[in-house]
Amino acid sequence: MQATDSPVAGKAELLTDETRQYIDHWVGKFPEGLEGRRSAIIQALFSAQQDNGGWISQDLMDAVADYLKVPPVWVYEVATFYSMLETEPTGRHSISICTNISCMLCGSQKIVDHVESKLGIKTGQSTEDGRVFLKQEEECLAACTGAPMMIVDGHYHENLTPEKVDEILDKLE
Amino acid sequence: MTTTEQAQTDLVTLEVDGQELTGRKGEMIIQVTDRAGIDIPRFCYHHKLSIAANCRMCLVDVEKAPKPLPACATPIAEGMKVFTESRRAMDAQHGVMEFLLINHPLDCPICDQGGECELQDLAMGYGRSVSRFTERKRVVKDENLGSLISTDMTRCIHCTRCVRFLEEIAGTAELGGMGRGENLEISTFMGRHIQSELSGNVIDLCPVGALTNKPFRFSARAWEMSARSSIGVHDCLGSNLYYHVRGGRIMRCVPDENEQINECWLSDRDRYSHFGFRAEDRVESPRIKVDGKWQDTDWDTALAEAGKALGSVRDASGGQSLGFLTSPRATTEDHLLVAALGRALGSENTDHRLRVSDFSHPLAGRARMDVTSDQWSKADAIFLVGSNIRHDQPLLGHRVRTAWRLNNARVMDLNPVAWKFHFDLAERLIVPPQNMVETLARVAAAALEIAGKSAPDGKLGALIENREPEPAASNAARNLRDAENAVIVLGDVALNHPQGAWLRSLAQVIADALDVALCVLPGPANSQGAWLAGNVPGEKGLDARAMLEEPRKGYVLFDLEPEFDCADPALAMKSLGNAEKVVAIASFAGRDLLEVADVLLPLASVPETDGSFVNLDNRRQWLKAAARPPENARPGWKILRMLGHGLGLEGFDFVNLNQVAGRFDEDQLSASQTEPMLTDLDDPVTGQSKTLWRIGDVPLYAGDNLVRRSAPLQESAHAEQSRIGMHPSDAERLGVTDADRLRVSQGGEAVELSVELDAGIPPGAVRVPMATCHSRVLGQAFAPIEVEGGQS
Ligand code: SF4
Ligand code: FES
Ligand code: FES
Repeated sequence: MQATDSPVAGKAELLTDETRQYIDHWVGKFPEGLEGRRSAIIQALFSAQQDNGGWISQDLMDAVADYLKVPPVWVYEVATFYSMLETEPTGRHSISICTNISCMLCGSQKIVDHVESKLGIKTGQSTEDGRVFLKQEEECLAACTGAPMMIVDGHYHENLTPEKVDEILDKLE
Repeated sequence: MTTTEQAQTDLVTLEVDGQELTGRKGEMIIQVTDRAGIDIPRFCYHHKLSIAANCRMCLVDVEKAPKPLPACATPIAEGMKVFTESRRAMDAQHGVMEFLLINHPLDCPICDQGGECELQDLAMGYGRSVSRFTERKRVVKDENLGSLISTDMTRCIHCTRCVRFLEEIAGTAELGGMGRGENLEISTFMGRHIQSELSGNVIDLCPVGALTNKPFRFSARAWEMSARSSIGVHDCLGSNLYYHVRGGRIMRCVPDENEQINECWLSDRDRYSHFGFRAEDRVESPRIKVDGKWQDTDWDTALAEAGKALGSVRDASGGQSLGFLTSPRATTEDHLLVAALGRALGSENTDHRLRVSDFSHPLAGRARMDVTSDQWSKADAIFLVGSNIRHDQPLLGHRVRTAWRLNNARVMDLNPVAWKFHFDLAERLIVPPQNMVETLARVAAAALEIAGKSAPDGKLGALIENREPEPAASNAARNLRDAENAVIVLGDVALNHPQGAWLRSLAQVIADALDVALCVLPGPANSQGAWLAGNVPGEKGLDARAMLEEPRKGYVLFDLEPEFDCADPALAMKSLGNAEKVVAIASFAGRDLLEVADVLLPLASVPETDGSFVNLDNRRQWLKAAARPPENARPGWKILRMLGHGLGLEGFDFVNLNQVAGRFDEDQLSASQTEPMLTDLDDPVTGQSKTLWRIGDVPLYAGDNLVRRSAPLQESAHAEQSRIGMHPSDAERLGVTDADRLRVSQGGEAVELSVELDAGIPPGAVRVPMATCHSRVLGQAFAPIEVEGGQS
């Protein structure tokens, strides 16, 4: 139970109608009350991120807090915890290269090195032209059988080689 | 029968280190061992907070368990065997300690927590003497949390005590764990300052030096200071605390535990007020005004001057032409002596109720507590009448929050501002001050109706009868009736309201009708002590208001600032300014006091002096002098003795404080109090007219001369901004917008302030708080006020 006087009052209006509907849908799936609304934070942020070109601004976090009527700190915690949620502006395409154990054993470091030198950025950065965003280190993405692997804009690419990576990256607009 | 059976099955017996212990079902191992005095190391566990079990320092060895278990999160079970010092337990604890220290800087010599650090202590017991960690430690950027708390977040061990405190106890949820894994940082994320009025408690909770006391920082080491037990002197609760003193100077303040009073918490106001002693306008030596100019002098001269002043007024115009006004924050013994001095000089005009404006209730300003304040946590309905409890008595606010949080209490309020509380309100009756009496009368009407009782006689009954309670009023009454332990609380606004007696009587009607407890708070710290010590007018005496309305020729002011502490500052300044002689016994002398006074006697005020305070629950608590006052300052009782002696008055021949203290009739503390039911009062004001009223509440850090001078408090988020708070609809009617400047005036005096639109203020009233620099020229707190457009 919480009752707080909120520093974010009125920010909810920053959310689009689609996001609101999406949040309402998720709120409905959880028990009524504050803890239930807290559970909807992840989905709310996810939707706000999609509306905003792949990242969540601080204003949007506050908007989610205001819309869900939860302490804003709870929203910040979630936004900073999950690697699927970006809190800084990112490039248009998002690349996540798995570096967890199976992928590591199958040479994911080589893939990371290759991508980094090809794009001229480190993980966690976006290219200057705003084309590609390379995610911070990713943990197991549940495709160990196809290690090493990466996700580009939500699509899985497995059994990577530098050549294969080139082919995929070159296709990105 | 059933209950005993129940009790038996509820008890669990276990063995800890070979010792047989019992606990209640559902308790954790650490709760049982703490009670038994068995030491288990811990960082994240705290008995007032939820269990997080994230530090793993409390791992113990439990028989048949495959691995060590956290004592703070393992419920006890029948026949359980726990070993806190076995090899397995020790190994686990040593391992945890080594991990905790991986990222913790080894900078104890330059850490403010050094010497009183839970991590340092436990590292001594459980840590290795040599570090095996050669990699780089992480570094965390610090945030500015405001003027009260310093951060060194690199030292944080992520116990989340601070996070849980702010979320659960303070109710503000301002800190959180940002990021994860090695990148986890405890932070506000947005860089906002911590707003909670209880924020300082995170300093005590933080087991390491990550959160420390900002104004105290780097000024002393724990072992250089001695702890003096004392009490908080800024609200009627009287929190138990320690001052840490070095060389006669208070360096900092920390809470002492007292379950009945402050539990283990302290409000920021009590914790940081002592920094006010460093203010520049401290009265350090006796002073007299000669031809309009202040001169330092010695005690003999000043006392002779003061004696002459009072004696001459008495001789020329009689004792009753003297008035004695005392800050409620004086010690009970000082109150006794001021009253005695007044009586001995032939004056019954002594009073401490400086901000009260309605004295028609014979017990105005005296507490009535049908249940003690610690019971509020167990209440299931609480009706706050005229109370910003979170600011007026922060830890009583915490009690109300506890009732709401743990007991699902329905809290309701009748207030002139929709104050932001840290609990939800089941019903809110937010009305301008001029409508408070009517509104409470409607609640009373609803209460009488659902109780099937008839209205009392006289005007009180007439006021209640034929009222049509609105749904919120009826619901409030119904919620009170439906509760098992309901409490009506009358707070400071009700006390200082111009119809305080009506409010108190109406509250009593409701309490009687519904058979619920009534708690009337006594106002500022030690108001109750002042009452019981008899520092109230005698039968023919004038009360604090009348003394100024019918100006006296001479006044004695005890530790107050007329422009901030009186109900009507403009009137106070006028009457004092016109008086022939004003003797001020004072710890601080601001501009206005210097203007009206003729003699200044430097006071060693609490906590620089011994004495007792009586809290709202009639507990008499003793303060021992904690700090050394300026060389020439004297405790109140000595000054009053010298004054009385010098005037040749009887009853001032005591030589020590004990003799004075003994004059206080302790039987009063336990005596039951009969509340008179006033049926005939002056006609109440009604809110039909178009005049705007002022809402002049006293801001959180403006209540007395010490907090007003505490720099850390005045730099904090709650320092009052002098603004005119106004409902948007009133603003529209007057054609003003946010941040416009307006002139407000009362009794001919005007100030220009900027407007702040605030939907929490009801239409028909504007908020212009008392006790601020700007409002010192204005009049009464809850009274008509004129608003005219100024230049924007
Ligand atoms: S700042 Fe202190 S209290 Fe808060 S999580 Fe870190 S170590 Fe614990
Ligand atoms: S370790 Fe890379 S997908 Fe599982
Ligand atoms: S005290 Fe038990 S895990 Fe922290």
